[in-house]
Amino acid sequence: MSVLRTLRRNLVVIAGLLTLAYMILPNVVVMVFSFNRPRGRFNYAWQEFSLDAWKDPCGVADLCGSLSLSLRIAVWATVGATVLGTMIAFALVRYRFRARGAINSLIFLPMAMPEVVMAASLLTLFLNMGAQLGFWTVLIAHIMFCLSFVVTAVKARVMSMDPRLEEAARDLYAGPVQTFVRVTLPIAAPGIAAGALLAFALSFDDFIITNFNAGSTVTFPMFVWGSAQRGTPVQINVIGTAMFVIAVTVVLAGQLIANRRKSNAGK
Amino acid sequence: MSVTEAPPAHPAEEAEVRKPSTRRRLVPYWLLLPGILWLLVFFALPMVYQASTSVQTGSLEKGFEVTWHFRTYWDALADYYPQFIRSLLYAGTATLLCLLLGYPLAYLIAFKAGRWRNLVLVLVIAPFFTSFLIRTLAWKTILADGGAVVDVLNTLHVLDVTSWLGWTENNRVLATPMAVVCGLTYNFLPFMILPLYTSLERIDGRLHEAAGDLYATPATTFRKVTLPLSMPGVVSGTLLTFIPASGDYVNAELLGSTDTKMVGSVIQTQFLRVLDYPTAAALSFILMAVVLLVVTVYIRRSGTEDLV
Repeated sequence: MSVLRTLRRNLVVIAGLLTLAYMILPNVVVMVFSFNRPRGRFNYAWQEFSLDAWKDPCGVADLCGSLSLSLRIAVWATVGATVLGTMIAFALVRYRFRARGAINSLIFLPMAMPEVVMAASLLTLFLNMGAQLGFWTVLIAHIMFCLSFVVTAVKARVMSMDPRLEEAARDLYAGPVQTFVRVTLPIAAPGIAAGALLAFALSFDDFIITNFNAGSTVTFPMFVWGSAQRGTPVQINVIGTAMFVIAVTVVLAGQLIANRRKSNAGK
Repeated sequence: MSVTEAPPAHPAEEAEVRKPSTRRRLVPYWLLLPGILWLLVFFALPMVYQASTSVQTGSLEKGFEVTWHFRTYWDALADYYPQFIRSLLYAGTATLLCLLLGYPLAYLIAFKAGRWRNLVLVLVIAPFFTSFLIRTLAWKTILADGGAVVDVLNTLHVLDVTSWLGWTENNRVLATPMAVVCGLTYNFLPFMILPLYTSLERIDGRLHEAAGDLYATPATTFRKVTLPLSMPGVVSGTLLTFIPASGDYVNAELLGSTDTKMVGSVIQTQFLRVLDYPTAAALSFILMAVVLLVVTVYIRRSGTEDLV
Protein backbone atom coordinates (compact mmCIF):
# COMPACT_ATOMS: atom_id res chain seq x y z
CA MET A 1 0.00 0.00 0.00
CA SER A 2 2.83 2.39 0.84
CA VAL A 3 4.20 1.88 -2.69
CA LEU A 4 0.88 3.03 -4.11
CA ARG A 5 0.87 6.01 -1.81
CA THR A 6 4.37 7.11 -2.85
CA LEU A 7 3.28 6.65 -6.46
CA ARG A 8 0.27 8.89 -5.92
CA ARG A 9 2.21 11.49 -4.02
CA ASN A 10 4.86 11.70 -6.72
CA LEU A 11 2.49 11.46 -9.68
CA VAL A 12 3.62 14.80 -11.12
CA VAL A 13 7.29 13.89 -10.84
CA ILE A 14 6.74 10.50 -12.48
CA ALA A 15 4.65 11.95 -15.31
CA GLY A 16 7.22 14.69 -15.85
CA LEU A 17 10.11 12.26 -15.97
CA LEU A 18 8.21 10.07 -18.44
CA THR A 19 7.73 13.08 -20.70
CA LEU A 20 11.43 13.86 -20.37
CA ALA A 21 12.24 10.28 -21.39
CA TYR A 22 9.93 10.64 -24.41
CA MET A 23 11.86 13.76 -25.40
CA ILE A 24 15.31 12.27 -24.94
CA LEU A 25 14.66 8.81 -26.41
CA PRO A 26 15.20 9.78 -30.09
CA ASN A 27 18.55 11.37 -29.22
CA VAL A 28 19.60 8.14 -27.55
CA VAL A 29 18.55 6.19 -30.63
CA VAL A 30 20.47 8.58 -32.91
CA MET A 31 23.54 8.13 -30.72
CA VAL A 32 23.34 4.33 -30.54
CA PHE A 33 22.75 4.01 -34.27
CA SER A 34 25.83 6.08 -35.04
CA PHE A 35 27.73 2.90 -34.05
CA ASN A 36 25.68 0.66 -36.31
CA ARG A 37 26.81 -1.18 -39.43
CA PRO A 38 23.57 -1.38 -41.38
CA ARG A 39 22.86 -3.92 -44.07
CA GLY A 40 21.38 -2.19 -47.09
CA ARG A 41 20.91 1.53 -47.60
CA PHE A 42 18.83 2.44 -44.56
CA ASN A 43 20.08 2.75 -40.99
CA TYR A 44 16.84 1.86 -39.20
CA ALA A 45 17.52 -1.62 -37.83
CA TRP A 46 20.37 -2.60 -35.52
CA GLN A 47 22.94 -4.99 -37.02
CA GLU A 48 26.36 -4.85 -35.41
CA PHE A 49 28.70 -2.50 -33.58
CA SER A 50 31.11 -0.55 -35.73
CA LEU A 51 33.21 2.62 -35.52
CA ASP A 52 33.45 3.02 -39.31
CA ALA A 53 31.23 6.10 -39.55
CA TRP A 54 33.00 7.84 -36.64
CA LYS A 55 36.37 7.28 -38.31
CA ASP A 56 35.16 8.81 -41.54
CA PRO A 57 32.38 11.34 -40.83
CA CYS A 58 32.74 13.02 -44.24
CA GLY A 59 32.84 9.70 -46.08
CA VAL A 60 29.52 10.34 -47.80
CA ALA A 61 29.43 12.53 -50.88
CA ASP A 62 28.09 16.07 -50.27
CA LEU A 63 27.43 15.53 -46.55
CA CYS A 64 30.14 17.78 -45.14
CA GLY A 65 29.66 20.27 -47.96
CA SER A 66 26.02 20.67 -47.00
CA LEU A 67 27.02 20.96 -43.34
CA SER A 68 29.48 23.78 -44.00
CA LEU A 69 26.93 25.54 -46.21
CA SER A 70 24.35 25.34 -43.41
CA LEU A 71 26.87 26.73 -40.93
CA ARG A 72 27.76 29.62 -43.25
CA ILE A 73 24.11 30.48 -43.83
CA ALA A 74 23.36 30.22 -40.11
CA VAL A 75 26.25 32.55 -39.19
CA TRP A 76 25.27 35.25 -41.68
CA ALA A 77 21.56 34.90 -40.92
CA THR A 78 22.37 35.28 -37.21
CA VAL A 79 24.47 38.40 -37.82
CA GLY A 80 21.83 39.96 -40.06
CA ALA A 81 18.81 39.11 -37.91
CA THR A 82 20.57 40.11 -34.66
CA VAL A 83 21.66 43.53 -35.93
CA LEU A 84 18.30 44.38 -37.53
CA GLY A 85 16.29 42.83 -34.68
CA THR A 86 18.23 44.60 -31.92
CA MET A 87 17.73 47.96 -33.65
CA ILE A 88 13.98 47.35 -33.89
CA ALA A 89 13.79 46.19 -30.26
CA PHE A 90 15.51 49.38 -29.02
CA ALA A 91 13.25 51.55 -31.14
CA LEU A 92 10.14 49.77 -29.81
CA VAL A 93 11.09 50.05 -26.14
CA ARG A 94 12.84 53.40 -26.05
CA TYR A 95 11.03 55.67 -28.48
CA ARG A 96 7.57 56.89 -29.36
CA PHE A 97 6.66 56.95 -33.03
CA ARG A 98 3.76 56.62 -35.43
CA ALA A 99 2.29 53.33 -36.65
CA ARG A 100 3.50 51.42 -33.61
CA GLY A 101 0.56 49.02 -33.77
CA ALA A 102 1.14 48.20 -37.43
CA ILE A 103 4.84 47.62 -36.80
CA ASN A 104 4.08 45.37 -33.84
CA SER A 105 1.77 43.22 -35.97
CA LEU A 106 4.31 43.10 -38.79
CA ILE A 107 6.78 41.65 -36.29
CA PHE A 108 4.26 39.27 -34.70
CA LEU A 109 2.75 37.87 -37.91
CA PRO A 110 5.78 35.88 -39.15
CA MET A 111 5.72 33.98 -35.85
CA ALA A 112 1.97 33.29 -36.16
CA MET A 113 2.18 31.98 -39.70
CA PRO A 114 2.68 28.33 -40.65
CA GLU A 115 6.14 28.08 -42.16
CA VAL A 116 4.85 26.55 -45.38
CA VAL A 117 2.75 29.68 -46.08
CA MET A 118 5.77 31.99 -45.77
CA ALA A 119 7.87 29.58 -47.79
CA ALA A 120 5.39 29.39 -50.65
CA SER A 121 4.74 33.13 -50.82
CA LEU A 122 8.44 33.99 -50.72
CA LEU A 123 9.03 31.58 -53.59
CA THR A 124 6.27 33.34 -55.54
CA LEU A 125 8.10 36.63 -55.05
CA PHE A 126 11.45 35.19 -56.14
CA LEU A 127 9.90 33.53 -59.19
CA ASN A 128 8.19 36.77 -60.16
CA MET A 129 11.42 38.73 -59.79
CA GLY A 130 13.28 36.07 -61.74
CA ALA A 131 15.76 35.70 -58.89
CA GLN A 132 18.32 32.89 -59.04
CA LEU A 133 17.45 30.48 -56.19
CA GLY A 134 20.40 29.53 -54.02
CA PHE A 135 22.58 30.81 -51.18
CA TRP A 136 21.28 34.39 -51.29
CA THR A 137 17.57 33.55 -51.46
CA VAL A 138 17.98 31.15 -48.52
CA LEU A 139 19.90 33.78 -46.54
CA ILE A 140 17.24 36.42 -47.23
CA ALA A 141 14.51 34.01 -46.11
CA HIS A 142 16.36 33.03 -42.93
CA ILE A 143 17.01 36.63 -41.88
CA MET A 144 13.31 37.32 -42.47
CA PHE A 145 11.95 34.59 -40.20
CA CYS A 146 14.65 34.90 -37.51
CA LEU A 147 14.15 38.65 -37.19
CA SER A 148 10.92 38.50 -35.16
CA PHE A 149 12.38 36.05 -32.66
CA VAL A 150 15.42 38.29 -32.07
CA VAL A 151 13.15 41.32 -31.57
CA THR A 152 11.11 39.41 -28.97
CA ALA A 153 14.18 38.21 -27.06
CA VAL A 154 15.96 41.59 -27.01
CA LYS A 155 12.77 43.53 -26.25
CA ALA A 156 12.15 41.47 -23.12
CA ARG A 157 15.62 42.29 -21.81
CA VAL A 158 15.63 45.99 -22.71
CA MET A 159 12.20 46.42 -21.13
CA SER A 160 13.38 45.08 -17.79
CA MET A 161 16.41 47.41 -17.76
CA ASP A 162 16.58 50.03 -15.04
CA PRO A 163 16.57 53.42 -16.85
CA ARG A 164 18.22 55.02 -13.80
CA LEU A 165 21.51 53.34 -14.74
CA GLU A 166 21.64 55.29 -17.97
CA GLU A 167 20.56 58.48 -16.21
CA ALA A 168 23.38 57.93 -13.76
CA ALA A 169 25.86 57.55 -16.63
CA ARG A 170 24.59 60.80 -18.17
CA ASP A 171 24.83 62.56 -14.81
CA LEU A 172 28.45 61.46 -14.70
CA TYR A 173 29.02 63.30 -18.01
CA ALA A 174 29.04 60.26 -20.30
CA GLY A 175 28.04 61.21 -23.85
CA PRO A 176 25.20 59.34 -25.60
CA VAL A 177 27.64 57.08 -27.44
CA GLN A 178 29.64 56.36 -24.33
CA THR A 179 26.47 55.66 -22.34
CA PHE A 180 25.27 53.27 -25.00
CA VAL A 181 28.56 51.38 -25.40
CA ARG A 182 29.54 51.20 -21.73
CA VAL A 183 26.17 50.93 -19.97
CA THR A 184 23.26 50.06 -22.25
CA LEU A 185 24.92 47.48 -24.46
CA PRO A 186 26.50 45.41 -21.64
CA ILE A 187 23.14 45.25 -19.82
CA ALA A 188 21.26 44.30 -22.99
CA ALA A 189 23.93 41.76 -23.98
CA PRO A 190 22.25 38.65 -22.47
CA GLY A 191 19.07 39.41 -24.41
CA ILE A 192 21.00 40.00 -27.61
CA ALA A 193 22.97 36.79 -27.05
CA ALA A 194 19.77 34.81 -26.43
CA GLY A 195 18.25 36.24 -29.61
CA ALA A 196 21.38 35.43 -31.61
CA LEU A 197 21.51 31.85 -30.30
CA LEU A 198 17.86 31.35 -31.14
CA ALA A 199 18.40 32.76 -34.64
CA PHE A 200 21.38 30.47 -35.18
CA ALA A 201 19.46 27.38 -34.06
CA LEU A 202 16.38 28.28 -36.13
CA SER A 203 18.41 28.98 -39.24
CA PHE A 204 20.68 25.96 -38.96
CA ASP A 205 17.77 23.56 -38.46
CA ASP A 206 15.31 25.11 -40.87
CA PHE A 207 13.91 22.80 -43.48
CA ILE A 208 10.55 23.93 -44.88
CA ILE A 209 11.41 27.51 -45.94
CA THR A 210 14.83 26.38 -47.17
CA ASN A 211 13.35 23.52 -49.19
CA PHE A 212 11.13 25.96 -51.07
CA ASN A 213 13.72 28.64 -51.72
CA ALA A 214 17.04 26.85 -52.14
CA GLY A 215 16.73 25.71 -55.75
CA SER A 216 19.40 23.08 -56.25
CA THR A 217 21.49 24.26 -53.27
CA VAL A 218 21.60 21.57 -50.57
CA THR A 219 21.77 22.54 -46.89
CA PHE A 220 22.29 19.97 -44.15
CA PRO A 221 18.57 19.51 -43.31
CA MET A 222 17.88 19.12 -47.03
CA PHE A 223 20.61 16.51 -47.26
CA VAL A 224 18.98 14.56 -44.43
CA TRP A 225 15.57 14.89 -46.10
CA GLY A 226 16.96 13.61 -49.39
CA SER A 227 18.69 10.71 -47.65
CA ALA A 228 15.38 9.63 -46.12
CA GLN A 229 14.38 8.83 -49.69
CA ARG A 230 17.70 7.54 -51.07
CA GLY A 231 19.16 5.79 -48.06
CA THR A 232 20.37 7.10 -44.70
CA PRO A 233 24.14 6.96 -44.20
CA VAL A 234 25.36 6.31 -40.63
CA GLN A 235 27.38 9.51 -40.89
CA ILE A 236 24.16 11.51 -40.40
CA ASN A 237 23.87 10.00 -36.93
CA VAL A 238 27.53 10.77 -36.26
CA ILE A 239 27.01 14.45 -37.13
CA GLY A 240 23.79 14.57 -35.10
CA THR A 241 25.47 13.00 -32.07
CA ALA A 242 28.52 15.24 -32.36
CA MET A 243 26.36 18.39 -32.50
CA PHE A 244 24.39 17.19 -29.48
CA VAL A 245 27.50 16.41 -27.41
CA ILE A 246 29.26 19.67 -28.32
CA ALA A 247 26.20 21.82 -27.59
CA VAL A 248 25.40 20.12 -24.27
CA THR A 249 29.05 20.42 -23.20
CA VAL A 250 29.11 24.12 -24.04
CA VAL A 251 25.84 24.75 -22.18
CA LEU A 252 26.92 22.77 -19.10
CA ALA A 253 30.36 24.45 -19.07
CA GLY A 254 28.65 27.83 -19.26
CA GLN A 255 26.41 26.87 -16.35
CA LEU A 256 29.41 25.72 -14.34
CA ILE A 257 31.30 28.94 -14.97
CA ALA A 258 28.23 31.01 -14.10
CA ASN A 259 27.77 29.03 -10.87
CA ARG A 260 31.39 29.45 -9.90
CA ARG A 261 31.24 33.17 -10.57
CA LYS A 262 28.13 33.43 -8.47
CA SER A 263 29.69 31.59 -5.57
CA ASN A 264 32.87 33.69 -5.87
CA ALA A 265 30.79 36.85 -5.83
CA GLY A 266 29.08 35.50 -2.72
CA LYS A 267 32.36 35.37 -0.85
CA MET B 1 28.36 86.98 -25.56
CA SER B 2 28.55 89.41 -22.65
CA VAL B 3 26.97 88.95 -19.30
CA THR B 4 24.63 91.88 -19.76
CA GLU B 5 22.96 90.25 -22.75
CA ALA B 6 21.52 87.49 -20.68
CA PRO B 7 17.92 87.40 -22.04
CA PRO B 8 18.83 86.77 -25.71
CA ALA B 9 20.98 83.87 -24.61
CA HIS B 10 17.89 82.03 -23.57
CA PRO B 11 16.37 81.37 -27.06
CA ALA B 12 19.79 80.31 -28.30
CA GLU B 13 20.01 77.80 -25.50
CA GLU B 14 16.54 76.55 -26.33
CA ALA B 15 17.50 76.12 -29.98
CA GLU B 16 20.51 74.18 -28.91
CA VAL B 17 18.28 71.83 -26.96
CA ARG B 18 15.71 71.57 -29.72
CA LYS B 19 18.21 70.78 -32.47
CA PRO B 20 19.29 67.40 -31.08
CA SER B 21 15.69 66.76 -30.06
CA THR B 22 14.45 66.93 -33.69
CA ARG B 23 17.30 64.67 -34.65
CA ARG B 24 16.34 62.50 -31.73
CA ARG B 25 12.81 62.32 -33.01
CA LEU B 26 14.11 60.71 -36.19
CA VAL B 27 16.22 58.14 -34.36
CA PRO B 28 13.47 55.50 -33.98
CA TYR B 29 12.69 55.66 -37.68
CA TRP B 30 16.33 55.09 -38.61
CA LEU B 31 16.47 52.20 -36.15
CA LEU B 32 13.29 50.64 -37.54
CA LEU B 33 13.94 51.29 -41.22
CA PRO B 34 16.22 48.40 -42.29
CA GLY B 35 14.45 45.64 -40.36
CA ILE B 36 10.93 46.79 -41.17
CA LEU B 37 11.88 47.23 -44.82
CA TRP B 38 13.20 43.67 -44.79
CA LEU B 39 9.91 42.36 -43.39
CA LEU B 40 7.86 44.45 -45.81
CA VAL B 41 9.77 43.27 -48.87
CA PHE B 42 10.31 39.63 -47.91
CA PHE B 43 7.24 38.92 -45.77
CA ALA B 44 4.38 41.30 -46.64
CA LEU B 45 5.08 41.80 -50.35
CA PRO B 46 5.27 38.02 -51.02
CA MET B 47 1.78 37.70 -49.51
CA VAL B 48 0.54 40.20 -52.11
CA TYR B 49 2.27 38.27 -54.88
CA GLN B 50 0.75 35.06 -53.60
CA ALA B 51 -2.72 36.58 -53.46
CA SER B 52 -2.33 37.62 -57.07
CA THR B 53 -0.97 34.21 -58.09
CA SER B 54 -3.96 32.48 -56.53
CA VAL B 55 -6.37 34.19 -58.93
CA GLN B 56 -4.26 33.61 -62.04
CA THR B 57 -4.82 31.02 -64.74
CA GLY B 58 -2.47 29.67 -67.34
CA SER B 59 0.29 27.14 -67.65
CA LEU B 60 4.01 27.06 -67.16
CA GLU B 61 4.66 27.21 -70.92
CA LYS B 62 2.22 29.98 -71.83
CA GLY B 63 2.73 31.92 -68.62
CA PHE B 64 0.20 32.90 -65.96
CA GLU B 65 -2.21 35.81 -66.13
CA VAL B 66 -4.47 37.42 -63.55
CA THR B 67 -8.00 36.47 -64.56
CA TRP B 68 -9.67 36.79 -61.14
CA HIS B 69 -10.36 33.11 -61.32
CA PHE B 70 -11.70 32.62 -57.78
CA ARG B 71 -12.89 29.14 -58.67
CA THR B 72 -9.35 27.95 -57.94
CA TYR B 73 -10.14 28.36 -54.25
CA TRP B 74 -13.30 26.32 -54.51
CA ASP B 75 -11.61 23.61 -56.61
CA ALA B 76 -8.64 23.44 -54.26
CA LEU B 77 -10.94 23.00 -51.28
CA ALA B 78 -13.07 20.42 -53.08
CA ASP B 79 -9.99 18.42 -54.05
CA TYR B 80 -8.02 18.69 -50.86
CA TYR B 81 -10.49 19.10 -48.01
CA PRO B 82 -9.52 15.70 -46.51
CA GLN B 83 -5.92 16.90 -46.15
CA PHE B 84 -7.16 20.14 -44.57
CA ILE B 85 -9.34 18.40 -42.02
CA ARG B 86 -6.55 15.93 -41.31
CA SER B 87 -4.06 18.77 -40.73
CA LEU B 88 -6.33 20.50 -38.24
CA LEU B 89 -7.21 17.21 -36.56
CA TYR B 90 -3.61 15.99 -36.25
CA ALA B 91 -2.33 19.40 -35.16
CA GLY B 92 -5.14 19.73 -32.63
CA THR B 93 -4.56 16.26 -31.19
CA ALA B 94 -0.80 16.84 -31.02
CA THR B 95 -1.37 20.18 -29.26
CA LEU B 96 -3.63 18.54 -26.68
CA LEU B 97 -1.11 15.75 -26.12
CA CYS B 98 1.70 18.30 -25.79
CA LEU B 99 -0.31 20.10 -23.10
CA LEU B 100 -1.08 16.87 -21.21
CA LEU B 101 2.51 15.63 -21.41
CA GLY B 102 4.20 19.01 -21.08
CA TYR B 103 2.33 20.38 -18.08
CA PRO B 104 3.64 17.85 -15.53
CA LEU B 105 7.20 18.35 -16.78
CA ALA B 106 6.93 22.16 -16.67
CA TYR B 107 5.44 21.84 -13.16
CA LEU B 108 8.25 19.50 -12.16
CA ILE B 109 10.90 21.97 -13.34
CA ALA B 110 9.21 24.96 -11.73
CA PHE B 111 8.35 23.53 -8.31
CA LYS B 112 9.89 20.11 -7.68
CA ALA B 113 13.30 20.04 -9.36
CA GLY B 114 15.15 22.06 -6.73
CA ARG B 115 18.84 22.11 -7.50
CA TRP B 116 18.27 19.89 -10.56
CA ARG B 117 16.20 22.60 -12.22
CA ASN B 118 18.91 23.83 -14.60
CA LEU B 119 19.90 20.31 -15.58
CA VAL B 120 16.32 19.35 -16.44
CA LEU B 121 15.91 22.59 -18.38
CA VAL B 122 19.05 21.77 -20.37
CA LEU B 123 17.65 18.30 -21.07
CA VAL B 124 14.42 19.85 -22.36
CA ILE B 125 16.31 22.11 -24.77
CA ALA B 126 19.06 19.59 -25.58
CA PRO B 127 17.14 17.65 -28.28
CA PHE B 128 17.09 20.90 -30.29
CA PHE B 129 20.81 20.56 -30.81
CA THR B 130 20.39 17.59 -33.11
CA SER B 131 18.69 18.39 -36.41
CA PHE B 132 14.95 17.71 -36.03
CA LEU B 133 14.92 15.69 -39.25
CA ILE B 134 17.47 13.25 -37.83
CA ARG B 135 15.44 12.94 -34.63
CA THR B 136 12.23 12.41 -36.58
CA LEU B 137 13.94 9.64 -38.56
CA ALA B 138 14.85 8.02 -35.23
CA TRP B 139 11.12 7.46 -34.66
CA LYS B 140 11.19 5.17 -37.67
CA THR B 141 13.49 2.93 -35.67
CA ILE B 142 11.54 3.27 -32.42
CA LEU B 143 8.14 2.55 -33.99
CA ALA B 144 9.41 -0.05 -36.47
CA ASP B 145 7.38 -3.24 -37.04
CA GLY B 146 8.66 -5.92 -34.72
CA GLY B 147 10.39 -3.32 -32.56
CA ALA B 148 10.08 -3.24 -28.78
CA VAL B 149 7.39 -0.53 -28.72
CA VAL B 150 5.13 -2.28 -31.20
CA ASP B 151 5.66 -5.64 -29.47
CA VAL B 152 4.68 -4.27 -26.07
CA LEU B 153 1.63 -2.48 -27.49
CA ASN B 154 0.62 -5.68 -29.26
CA THR B 155 1.01 -7.81 -26.14
CA LEU B 156 -1.13 -5.37 -24.18
CA HIS B 157 -3.67 -5.40 -27.05
CA VAL B 158 -3.42 -1.61 -27.23
CA LEU B 159 -3.01 -1.77 -30.99
CA ASP B 160 -6.26 -3.72 -31.31
CA VAL B 161 -8.07 -0.82 -29.66
CA THR B 162 -6.26 1.85 -31.69
CA SER B 163 -6.82 -0.10 -34.91
CA TRP B 164 -10.51 -0.29 -34.08
CA LEU B 165 -10.45 3.51 -33.62
CA GLY B 166 -8.71 3.90 -36.97
CA TRP B 167 -5.51 5.32 -35.51
CA THR B 168 -3.36 2.35 -36.50
CA GLU B 169 -3.60 -0.42 -39.06
CA ASN B 170 -2.74 -4.13 -39.17
CA ASN B 171 -1.03 -4.10 -35.79
CA ARG B 172 1.63 -1.68 -36.91
CA VAL B 173 2.28 1.90 -35.88
CA LEU B 174 4.55 3.23 -38.61
CA ALA B 175 2.73 4.73 -41.62
CA THR B 176 -0.43 5.35 -39.56
CA PRO B 177 -2.05 8.49 -38.10
CA MET B 178 -0.75 7.49 -34.67
CA ALA B 179 2.86 7.66 -35.86
CA VAL B 180 2.31 11.10 -37.39
CA VAL B 181 0.64 12.50 -34.26
CA CYS B 182 3.36 10.93 -32.13
CA GLY B 183 6.01 12.65 -34.26
CA LEU B 184 4.20 16.00 -34.20
CA THR B 185 3.77 15.80 -30.43
CA TYR B 186 7.44 14.98 -30.01
CA ASN B 187 8.67 17.73 -32.32
CA PHE B 188 6.66 20.55 -30.75
CA LEU B 189 6.78 19.57 -27.04
CA PRO B 190 9.57 22.04 -26.17
CA PHE B 191 7.45 24.88 -27.62
CA MET B 192 4.76 23.92 -25.11
CA ILE B 193 7.00 23.30 -22.11
CA LEU B 194 9.05 26.50 -22.20
CA PRO B 195 6.14 29.00 -22.06
CA LEU B 196 4.39 26.81 -19.48
CA TYR B 197 7.52 26.79 -17.36
CA THR B 198 7.95 30.57 -17.68
CA SER B 199 4.44 31.27 -16.42
CA LEU B 200 4.56 28.61 -13.67
CA GLU B 201 7.91 29.87 -12.42
CA ARG B 202 6.47 33.35 -11.88
CA ILE B 203 3.87 32.02 -9.43
CA ASP B 204 4.65 33.05 -5.86
CA GLY B 205 5.18 29.89 -3.81
CA ARG B 206 3.47 31.57 -0.85
CA LEU B 207 0.17 31.38 -2.73
CA HIS B 208 0.39 27.59 -2.51
CA GLU B 209 1.10 27.82 1.21
CA ALA B 210 -1.82 30.20 1.66
CA ALA B 211 -4.15 27.84 -0.18
CA GLY B 212 -2.93 25.00 2.04
CA ASP B 213 -3.44 27.11 5.17
CA LEU B 214 -7.01 27.68 4.05
CA TYR B 215 -7.55 23.92 4.00
CA ALA B 216 -7.50 23.52 0.22
CA THR B 217 -6.53 20.03 -0.89
CA PRO B 218 -3.61 19.85 -3.34
CA ALA B 219 -6.13 19.18 -6.13
CA THR B 220 -8.16 22.27 -5.22
CA THR B 221 -5.01 24.35 -4.94
CA PHE B 222 -4.05 23.28 -8.43
CA ARG B 223 -7.50 23.93 -9.87
CA LYS B 224 -8.09 27.28 -8.18
CA VAL B 225 -4.59 28.76 -7.91
CA THR B 226 -1.93 27.16 -10.11
CA LEU B 227 -3.90 26.47 -13.26
CA PRO B 228 -5.55 29.90 -13.58
CA LEU B 229 -2.23 31.64 -12.96
CA SER B 230 -0.51 29.52 -15.61
CA MET B 231 -3.11 30.28 -18.27
CA PRO B 232 -0.89 32.74 -20.22
CA GLY B 233 1.63 29.92 -20.58
CA VAL B 234 -1.08 27.49 -21.66
CA VAL B 235 -2.35 29.91 -24.30
CA SER B 236 1.02 30.82 -25.79
CA GLY B 237 2.19 27.19 -25.56
CA THR B 238 -0.83 25.85 -27.43
CA LEU B 239 -0.42 28.54 -30.11
CA LEU B 240 3.30 27.89 -30.50
CA THR B 241 2.47 24.19 -30.94
CA PHE B 242 -0.68 24.36 -33.05
CA ILE B 243 0.48 26.91 -35.63
CA PRO B 244 3.65 25.16 -36.81
CA ALA B 245 2.04 21.71 -36.45
CA SER B 246 -0.85 22.62 -38.75
CA GLY B 247 1.49 23.52 -41.60
CA ASP B 248 4.03 20.78 -41.00
CA TYR B 249 4.56 18.11 -43.61
CA VAL B 250 7.83 16.59 -42.40
CA ASN B 251 6.22 14.21 -39.88
CA ALA B 252 3.44 13.21 -42.26
CA GLU B 253 5.94 12.44 -45.03
CA LEU B 254 8.56 10.65 -42.93
CA LEU B 255 6.35 8.73 -40.49
CA GLY B 256 3.06 8.50 -42.37
CA SER B 257 1.72 7.09 -45.60
CA THR B 258 -0.26 8.50 -48.53
CA ASP B 259 -3.34 8.19 -46.31
CA THR B 260 -1.91 10.56 -43.72
CA LYS B 261 -0.85 13.42 -46.02
CA MET B 262 -1.36 16.85 -44.51
CA VAL B 263 -2.06 20.10 -46.34
CA GLY B 264 1.58 21.16 -46.12
CA SER B 265 2.53 18.16 -48.28
CA VAL B 266 -0.04 19.16 -50.88
CA ILE B 267 1.22 22.75 -51.02
CA GLN B 268 4.79 21.53 -51.33
CA THR B 269 3.96 19.04 -54.10
CA GLN B 270 1.83 21.52 -56.05
CA PHE B 271 4.51 24.19 -55.79
CA LEU B 272 7.70 22.23 -56.31
CA ARG B 273 6.68 19.20 -58.38
CA VAL B 274 3.36 19.76 -60.16
CA LEU B 275 4.17 23.47 -60.64
CA ASP B 276 0.48 24.38 -60.40
CA TYR B 277 1.18 27.74 -58.76
CA PRO B 278 -2.41 29.08 -58.57
CA THR B 279 -3.70 26.00 -56.72
CA ALA B 280 -0.70 25.99 -54.39
CA ALA B 281 -1.11 29.70 -53.66
CA ALA B 282 -4.84 29.29 -53.02
CA LEU B 283 -4.25 26.35 -50.66
CA SER B 284 -1.60 28.26 -48.77
CA PHE B 285 -3.94 31.25 -48.45
CA ILE B 286 -6.75 29.10 -47.12
CA LEU B 287 -4.38 27.55 -44.58
CA MET B 288 -3.24 31.00 -43.49
CA ALA B 289 -6.83 32.21 -43.14
CA VAL B 290 -7.88 29.15 -41.15
CA VAL B 291 -4.90 29.40 -38.79
CA LEU B 292 -5.35 33.15 -38.24
CA LEU B 293 -9.05 32.59 -37.58
CA VAL B 294 -8.41 29.81 -35.08
CA VAL B 295 -5.72 31.89 -33.37
CA THR B 296 -7.87 35.02 -33.15
CA VAL B 297 -10.92 33.21 -31.80
CA TYR B 298 -8.76 31.31 -29.34
CA ILE B 299 -7.02 34.44 -28.06
CA ARG B 300 -10.36 36.27 -27.70
CA ARG B 301 -11.91 33.32 -25.87
CA SER B 302 -9.02 32.89 -23.46
CA GLY B 303 -8.99 36.63 -22.77
CA THR B 304 -5.23 37.06 -22.85
CA GLU B 305 -4.79 39.46 -25.72
CA ASP B 306 -1.55 40.88 -24.40
CA LEU B 307 0.41 37.67 -24.66
CA VAL B 308 2.94 38.72 -27.24
